[in-house]
Amino acid sequence: MSQELFKEMAQSILDGDDEVSAELAQKALDGGIDPLAAITDGFMPGVNEVGDNFACGDAFLPELVMAGEAMKAAIAVLEPAMMASGVSRQVLGKVVLATVEGDIHEIGKTLVGTMLTSSGFKVYDMGVDVPTADLIAKAEEVGADIIGLSALLTTTMIKQKEVIDEVAKRGLKVMVMVGGAPVTKEWVQRIEADGYSEDAIGAVSVAKELMGL
Amino acid sequence: MQPKIELLTEDLIDRILDEAFQLLMKPGIKVQYAEARELLGSAGCEVDEANEVVKIPESVAKKALETVPSQFILYDREGNPKITYGGDHVHFDPGSSGVSILDPETLEHKPAYTPDLVRIIKVAEMLPQYDAQSTAVVCNEVPKEIGDFYRLYLVLLHSNKPIVTGAFSNDTLQTMIDMLAIFAPSTSLRTGGSREALAEKPQAVFDVCPSPPLIWSKFGAGNLIELARAGVPSEMVSMPLAGAAAPVTLLGSVVQHAAECISGITIHQLARAGSPIVWGGAPAIFDMRKGSTPMGAIETAMIDASYAQVGKSLNIPTHCYLGATESKIVDAQAGMESGMSALVGALAGVNMISGAGMLDFLACHSPEKLTIDAEAIGMAKRMLEGVQVRTETLATAMFEGINFKGDFLKQRITRELFSKEQYLPSDIIDRDSIRGWQASGRMDTFARAKIRTKKLLDEYQRPQMDPAKEKALVSMMEGLAKEAGMNTLPALE
Repeated sequence: MSQELFKEMAQSILDGDDEVSAELAQKALDGGIDPLAAITDGFMPGVNEVGDNFACGDAFLPELVMAGEAMKAAIAVLEPAMMASGVSRQVLGKVVLATVEGDIHEIGKTLVGTMLTSSGFKVYDMGVDVPTADLIAKAEEVGADIIGLSALLTTTMIKQKEVIDEVAKRGLKVMVMVGGAPVTKEWVQRIEADGYSEDAIGAVSVAKELMGL
Repeated sequence: MQPKIELLTEDLIDRILDEAFQLLMKPGIKVQYAEARELLGSAGCEVDEANEVVKIPESVAKKALETVPSQFILYDREGNPKITYGGDHVHFDPGSSGVSILDPETLEHKPAYTPDLVRIIKVAEMLPQYDAQSTAVVCNEVPKEIGDFYRLYLVLLHSNKPIVTGAFSNDTLQTMIDMLAIFAPSTSLRTGGSREALAEKPQAVFDVCPSPPLIWSKFGAGNLIELARAGVPSEMVSMPLAGAAAPVTLLGSVVQHAAECISGITIHQLARAGSPIVWGGAPAIFDMRKGSTPMGAIETAMIDASYAQVGKSLNIPTHCYLGATESKIVDAQAGMESGMSALVGALAGVNMISGAGMLDFLACHSPEKLTIDAEAIGMAKRMLEGVQVRTETLATAMFEGINFKGDFLKQRITRELFSKEQYLPSDIIDRDSIRGWQASGRMDTFARAKIRTKKLLDEYQRPQMDPAKEKALVSMMEGLAKEAGMNTLPALE
């Protein structure tokens, strides 16, 4: 019974159908299936498959994003149940994510958030044009492992450095990964960021690496 | 709405046809085949036997034009309809009868052999952009007298797509028709297909060439007659060379093209009225520096688009030779000329556009170029689909819930429609970031095409084939090869 359900769960992710994935999550709860198993053995294989297909060019951004949305919908159903029973989902890490101050470019950052979430990270997406002070405050509040910073403009890229300097000044134990069109390896070295990725799929691997996974 | 370019006004088309009819009377057409002259003579044309010149009155020509089918269909080996010749349907096939192959490593033009043709066929079979196969290169290790049907044999063995081919002599044409008939869907298992079945569901069209200016050779006119009688589609490949073997003006060449095609149609329809025939060609301008005939010149494409419009005005299926280049390697010139001219042909609504994969005045073929040209063809075909209304409201419904956020990527409609709205190119087309491009090896188009070609060849699988038919094909070819003194057929790879 649960094997069959797990297959349907993976398929709902492949189909990018957030209504079906939420229904299936509810069905699992009603049937007494361990919510954690539903995530790990049901929905996760779907996310992995879409990710692999995307990486080799057989799937496209809309499919990737819809898969992420379907995963989010499933987690939204399953997470309260886990909390209630005292079992918390084992998250791979907590990530505070934002596009830096002065920059309103959103698509790449949101994509990274979706991918991180569906891969098992807990993501706090603060949106765009986020001042450094707010970012630091949020990271401290939630006990973030990673701060993810996006910038699309060469003029706002400098804010990535500002955040890193602030983290160092305060001696916070949080790693910073950066991304965005103008970001180069040289820039990453110069500002001493902990990680950087070219795209959303790569960001997941970088975040996992930072977490020592 | 299929986007379209038209270079001629209706008045101009009338003038072109009027002058073409004048040329049919003065100077007339040189017809170097007695049987064709007889057909024309008994239809009321004035025949000068000593000079082999026939004057074709407009009334005789017009009668022939009326019996040409405005449309016909080419089938695959299983009898499924695949290609519609007629109207504004647009199809592409690789160029044909090259003599050399581009070595992708040394960039030398080497004489083409069997494995080269087999590679081209496999690549064309794998790429959906190609609607038909062609007998793309001459196999230099095979005796000339069997070369025509040997090429067809290799295509039949490796492909299920319809074929654009041709014969270089009257005798080989008969053999090729018999070879194709093996695969004609047949009602009788015992006969394994017949010429009648082939005529009913043709799988191939045969190129037949007049000689510029205004000449039908013995072999050209002979093939027209034989093809008409067999009911197998003919495709006239008229080749005015503007400024050398044709008037220097584009319009002058279009008039000559029309006169050659109309005289060909007259011979063809007199042999058997109602047989399918195509208003085709491979014209070129004449380069006044090098004395060469550039297929990639924009004026060449303009002649093609113009004569296609004339053919369409007569309701006759059309063909042209575009998508090729004079460049000797697969470089920027190759991409530019092939892509631009393929788009012109597509926008002119030409039914079959031959030429992809070819370099160096149609002398050299390259499977790698074939994979690159497929992308240009994919884009041209996307252009032909036009701008379409795919949603109830054009935009307003999709703005629901957007709230000034760039979240269209999350919409179900995006997932549903993106692959219809966008042609999804293969990774031959680089749309990566600079760092992604660097990380994947800093490759140029040709380097990416080499990788893709290899992948296509690895993934290729020979189409399912009735073993009895395959056996009949192979033993027919072996018999013919033996007659020509070749005891074993060359290895395929």
